[in-house]
Amino acid sequence: MSILSSGSADGKELTIRIKGRFDFSTHQDFRSAYESAPEALSSFVVDLREATYLDSSALGMLLLLRDHAGGDGSRVRIVNCNSDVKKILAISNFEQLFTIQ
Amino acid sequence: MSQPRLRILVADDSASDRLIMETLLKRLGHDVIAVKDGLEAVQRFEDSRPDLVLMDVMMPELDGIAAARQMRELADKELVPIIFLTSLHDARDLAACLDAGGDDFLSKPYNPVILQAKIKAFSRLRRLHTEVRRQREYLIAEQHAAKGIFDRIANQGELSAANIRYLLSPMAIFNGDVLLAAQQPGGDMLVILGDFTGHGLPAAIGIMPMAEIFYGMVAKSFGLEAVLREINTRLKTVLPASVFCCATAVQMNYRNRHIEIWAGGLPDGLVYHTSSAAITPIPSTHLPLGVLHPDQFRYAPMIVEMHAHDAVYLWSDGISETSNPEGEMFGEQRLLDLFSASENRVDMFVHITQSLRDFSQQGIQTDDYSLVEIRPRKDFNLPEIASRLHQSERQPRSIGNWSLEYELRAESLKVSDPVPLLMHMLLQAPGLRAHGGVIHTILSELYSNALEHGVLGLSSRMKDDADGFRHYYQLRAEGLQALQDASVRIRAEVVPVQEGGLLRLRMKDSGPGFDFNHHGAPDQNPAYYGRGLTLLKSLCRRVEYFVPGNEVLVEFIWREQSN
Repeated sequence: MSILSSGSADGKELTIRIKGRFDFSTHQDFRSAYESAPEALSSFVVDLREATYLDSSALGMLLLLRDHAGGDGSRVRIVNCNSDVKKILAISNFEQLFTIQ
Repeated sequence: MSQPRLRILVADDSASDRLIMETLLKRLGHDVIAVKDGLEAVQRFEDSRPDLVLMDVMMPELDGIAAARQMRELADKELVPIIFLTSLHDARDLAACLDAGGDDFLSKPYNPVILQAKIKAFSRLRRLHTEVRRQREYLIAEQHAAKGIFDRIANQGELSAANIRYLLSPMAIFNGDVLLAAQQPGGDMLVILGDFTGHGLPAAIGIMPMAEIFYGMVAKSFGLEAVLREINTRLKTVLPASVFCCATAVQMNYRNRHIEIWAGGLPDGLVYHTSSAAITPIPSTHLPLGVLHPDQFRYAPMIVEMHAHDAVYLWSDGISETSNPEGEMFGEQRLLDLFSASENRVDMFVHITQSLRDFSQQGIQTDDYSLVEIRPRKDFNLPEIASRLHQSERQPRSIGNWSLEYELRAESLKVSDPVPLLMHMLLQAPGLRAHGGVIHTILSELYSNALEHGVLGLSSRMKDDADGFRHYYQLRAEGLQALQDASVRIRAEVVPVQEGGLLRLRMKDSGPGFDFNHHGAPDQNPAYYGRGLTLLKSLCRRVEYFVPGNEVLVEFIWREQSN
């Protein structure tokens, strides 16, 4: 499991890439990734292309990110989801809170 | 700093080596037990429980390596360092000693300085290990105590009801699964299967406020929507953002003969129609509880007709994740296949639990799932007269004498259910508390007549077939949404009379009324037959309609209990 974060050229968007299992062990690193980013961010992208597994604590972490990003006014996209990940997000109806691609 | 006095077991078949070691150790201030072979070593290990073992590798009867293995088994969770005494110097041989279960080795001839250093180091390690174990045991004891409290709170309800069967494995409870069930005074049963995120205490903490709200509100006749809204608000407020509760909630509405289901975050459950072996899936269409702000909370339940031989099945995600010894998961498809492949005489609950047991081939210790089966009450086709006598209430003599008038207009009709509030008021009359069930039935019947038939103009004949059923509730939702000018006025009065007490209820809606004089056959006057008048007349002393039929008066008499 590893986290890689990179900012966009204009410094407005942060992309966090998750590799491996996205579960409770990722907690600290995930938080650091967005908390240590500069204030000027207006949108976040969580790239799950290489994520192999998502559990309920991962969903919780996404909610924390959304809160940090401004709650209802936030722009958080979850991208490159495989079918298993899509299914987990669908059961929890997270597309009502995030843009899922 | 002086060292603690240790009990050290020394095993060596060479008498001279044994003596040298014994002397060295005693000089360092330790107690020594000296044995000459592996067999004796294991025996003395068992009865004297040394703090450290110094053991020769080559010994008769039982060699050091085999003896070490047996000692480890005896020591169980305790850490007892075993240091092999060896004249071997080859690195590979020494490494082999460690691979075989030793913690370290000491070469002959013994260097007392090294010996003392190693004893100190291992003694430190052992203390650390003991401390960690103690703390772990303490934490486990704390969790047990907390769990005891949660169990008492969560088990206030109707889990032993005949129409509910469930399986909550201990591991699942530890992982935040919760099952709540309670019956309204009027007879409806509400059930919630929940799964909090996380494990252990953090997961279980949310159960407390959820259970308190659930049992409190259901006892006061609140319905599913009100209960879920309140739970969502409380969990959103008190729990951290990353903690929420995936749940499916069910209300068995016996008066309307329907099942109302709200699903938010748990894997799809289903309604199993035993007679046709068909399945109606219950998809999760809402966000879990505790995620949304109160004003964003959505309540758009699925409504299904209630049939005597149907059953609702709900489960947590642990079911499809149950694995067999080969590491294969049970999966959702296998579970669905159990339903489609079975003849309708199979006991599905037993069939599912048996299949899971057969698949995992493991004991209940590793099970981590919850499964619930909810069936309609056996007598649900009979007119509802559920009355629950409240225990330990001495009824005071005074009936009281009061009235209240309550009017809801369009905006309130859309969102409020006045029945729980009115029930609360009415049950202030001590004598009425024993008749909570009947009062609730009367009040609910009158209000739904006023709202659905009076104000919205819906006909209950529509509910006679499956499509009409869905259509009815769709029209109901649309009608409510579109309400502009409408009202329902309720007047309640409690007065003492000769026999005991009298409750007079008058309800007037803004609808056009109906022909309450013309009885005739059901198809000649459907409006008359859809209003549960037979039921009302059986419960009330008086049922009277006023022209043009949008106003009704009922009277309910109760006798005072003398204690």
